[in-house]
Amino acid sequence: MEPIILKYQVDGSDFSMAGEASSSVKKTLKQLGFSPDLIRRVAIAMYEGEINMVIHADGGEATVEISQSGVRIILADHGPGIKDVALAMQEGYSTAPDEVRNLGFGAGMGLPNIKKYSDDLKVETELGVGTTLTIQINT
Amino acid sequence: MMNVHELAAACGFTYFNGKELEARPVEGAYCCDLLSWVIGRAGDQDALVTVMSNPNVIAVAVMADLPCVILTEGVRPDEKALEKARENDVIVLSSSEPTYATALKIGKVLAG
Ligand SMILES: Nc1ncnc2c1ncn2[C@@H]1O[C@H](COP(=O)(O)OP(=O)(O)OP(=O)(O)O)[C@@H](O)[C@H]1O
Ligand SMILES: [Mg+2]
Repeated sequence: MEPIILKYQVDGSDFSMAGEASSSVKKTLKQLGFSPDLIRRVAIAMYEGEINMVIHADGGEATVEISQSGVRIILADHGPGIKDVALAMQEGYSTAPDEVRNLGFGAGMGLPNIKKYSDDLKVETELGVGTTLTIQINT
Repeated sequence: MMNVHELAAACGFTYFNGKELEARPVEGAYCCDLLSWVIGRAGDQDALVTVMSNPNVIAVAVMADLPCVILTEGVRPDEKALEKARENDVIVLSSSEPTYATALKIGKVLAG
């Protein structure tokens, strides 16, 4: 199989509709015949990353590389960056605003979930410049 | 093992969406209103039992591949959530009781 590359702009303004890119990737993987287990791991990790870009960084860009051996998800934003990555990776740490918490987010579980469901997670971030997550999920 | 429609009938849940959809097996339930807990911890044969009724709840059910969403306390999904459920073939059920009572009922029914 030739590697497939998908690109999405993630809109930061409509929180209630966030998840369109993850949803589209999930459908594509299904059509390509990947296992339900891989699809679920990709969907969960990408959705958490996508929703983080919407909540914390006013949107960004998602690039998804699909190959025989697995899926690599690159989520790049120009948001505020993460001050302390080790702290952000801890379960329960969150800076989410109240209106987001009222919708059920802000438990500080998103990044830990991405780590749990992926084979490799790289967080590159610079204050005032932005954050790039590279998530690798192997078949 | 029970499927979603059998569980709904046995517990007296009504449908907001998906009466006609394929019934997937249900093994248990995950009761929580915090969506990142749900997405990280619910199993793919767990019904999601919650009072949260916004479109993100439906998105989480889709991403975590859950067999159904059960809204407790008689809570109604908002219009955008219903639309998303229809688009993505998510079964959304209604329980008139609180989350704890709903979970007890599910537990009893699933235990047979
Ligand atoms: N793309 C991002 N840009 C800036 N800050 C981020 C980004 N992603 C995460 N963070 C920071 O890391 C914290 C932890 O993120 P995490 O996803 O684990 O939790 P959360 O989004 O706050 O809540 P939850 O994911 O449970 O809904 C966030 O509260 C935020 O401060
Ligand atoms: Mg998050």
